[in-house]
Amino acid sequence: MLPALEELKTAIEQQLPGVALALEAGVVLVEPKDLAAVGRCLKESERFRLDYLANVTAVDYPPERMDVVYHLYSMAHKHGPLTLKVKLPRAKPVVASVTPIWRAAEFQEREVYDLYGVVFEGHPDLRRILMWDGFEGHPMRKDYVPENQNAPEPA
Amino acid sequence: MEQTVLPAAAGGAQTIEVNLGPQHPSTHGVFRMIAELDGETIVRLKPVLGYLHRNHEQIGEGNTYIASFPFTDRLDYFNAMSNNFGLALAIEKLGGVPASERGERLRVIMAELTRLVNHTAVTGFLLNDMGAFGTPLLYAFREREKILDLFEAASGSRMMCNYVRPGGVREDVPEEWLNRARAIVDGYPRFLDEFEQLLTENEIVQQRTKHVGVLPKELAVNAGITGPMLRASGVNYDIRKVDGYSIYPQFSFKVPLGTVGDVYDRYYVRILEMRESIKILQQALKDVPGGPALSPKGVALVKAPRTFKPPKGEAYGRVEAPKGELGFFLVSDGSAVPYRYHIRAPSFVNLTVLEDMCLGQKVADVIIILGSVDIVLGEVDR
Repeated sequence: MLPALEELKTAIEQQLPGVALALEAGVVLVEPKDLAAVGRCLKESERFRLDYLANVTAVDYPPERMDVVYHLYSMAHKHGPLTLKVKLPRAKPVVASVTPIWRAAEFQEREVYDLYGVVFEGHPDLRRILMWDGFEGHPMRKDYVPENQNAPEPA
Repeated sequence: MEQTVLPAAAGGAQTIEVNLGPQHPSTHGVFRMIAELDGETIVRLKPVLGYLHRNHEQIGEGNTYIASFPFTDRLDYFNAMSNNFGLALAIEKLGGVPASERGERLRVIMAELTRLVNHTAVTGFLLNDMGAFGTPLLYAFREREKILDLFEAASGSRMMCNYVRPGGVREDVPEEWLNRARAIVDGYPRFLDEFEQLLTENEIVQQRTKHVGVLPKELAVNAGITGPMLRASGVNYDIRKVDGYSIYPQFSFKVPLGTVGDVYDRYYVRILEMRESIKILQQALKDVPGGPALSPKGVALVKAPRTFKPPKGEAYGRVEAPKGELGFFLVSDGSAVPYRYHIRAPSFVNLTVLEDMCLGQKVADVIIILGSVDIVLGEVDR
């Protein structure tokens, strides 16, 4: 069984000095700068062994916030999920990539980059994945205006 | 076609870049791989996705919760029933909709029938990719069609079923339908025996698939691989067992595991999984409970979708779809329309390790490795 969130918070804060976590409605909030360290700790410590990153996605809260959400499970201990969240400034959403820790993030971070414009630092191959190269904008952002399909074609 | 010269360390031999797809029968849709070859051997392979992208998630954020069900049919168009099931579970979690007893039972029956359909078809396609044109695939499709007839009788459509709802299923089925389902399920092992006789010990199949495209256990876990592909690598992880969602804990079944993690294991795990699904179906089709197929809260939701406003919050619901973990992540802002609607598609994530499995293999092997991953582009590209 995954320990209670308060217990998990104190355990991680003890192991990683200088890291402060916050809890919010069943979600663990991580500071963007601490994400890689917390992720590595969750994966490697024998108690949690969250070795399986199920899902990576983003939620857009205009005008100032953009969240990146991670759902973690353990295949070794068969527990989970643990939901991690990082809150980023919407104007410049940059966070460390977790691909070096969990390969599962490789395509999913590319998708978040493609559709939301979040930049994952340290990702081995951060390119658009679903939209084509040269596409402008990030179509899942709340303020994205789709192209007018009924507009007359230029002659 | 571009040609690049390898550094002198490799003896100055030239490698050649080849495009496989997007219009190629072996890619199971519009999927493209850029392969770099040294002679016949793959030295680099990059998948290119997105040809079928239609921003499904954005469409979902403009629809009510119920209105997304027909769209989920088109994700993995082989397995409409389990896609519906995943979304229904996420909505139930978010809005606290209980499911009726009969509804739960029917959903599990449908989900397991879907697994039979998927694994039968993918095995047929895999053989097609190997060059056994026609025969195995047509044997597979003959059986698949029987189950699709059942789906049509229950939901009105063979493939785009749009059948499962939060709280149960959309329409009840008569006793006669259950009898038909029992007859098909009871006859299925005979087909599997016939299929296996044709394939499992076939020398050509073994030569082509054994020790081809090996996926090591550690990499499979690290790369988030799920479904039969993960279990073929020997990791015991089945969401039906781990989460025990719906009424799966009531049924006894085993989780078949592979040992090597090659294409053969992925083929054989699917055959064994079908046999376990038949066990589940035989238990589920016995003494189907009576009562409504849709719980009262589910009826209210279906009749008046605009009045269903789940409390603020978020939910991640997941099911063991035939291809792996199918997850739906929903965020509600308290209105009738989801604020965020995200799909974690199993075949999308399973493609992460395609290059790792193909390196050092021959071009012809790439085709069957891709076939053994079991992708559906509707789901990969969303």
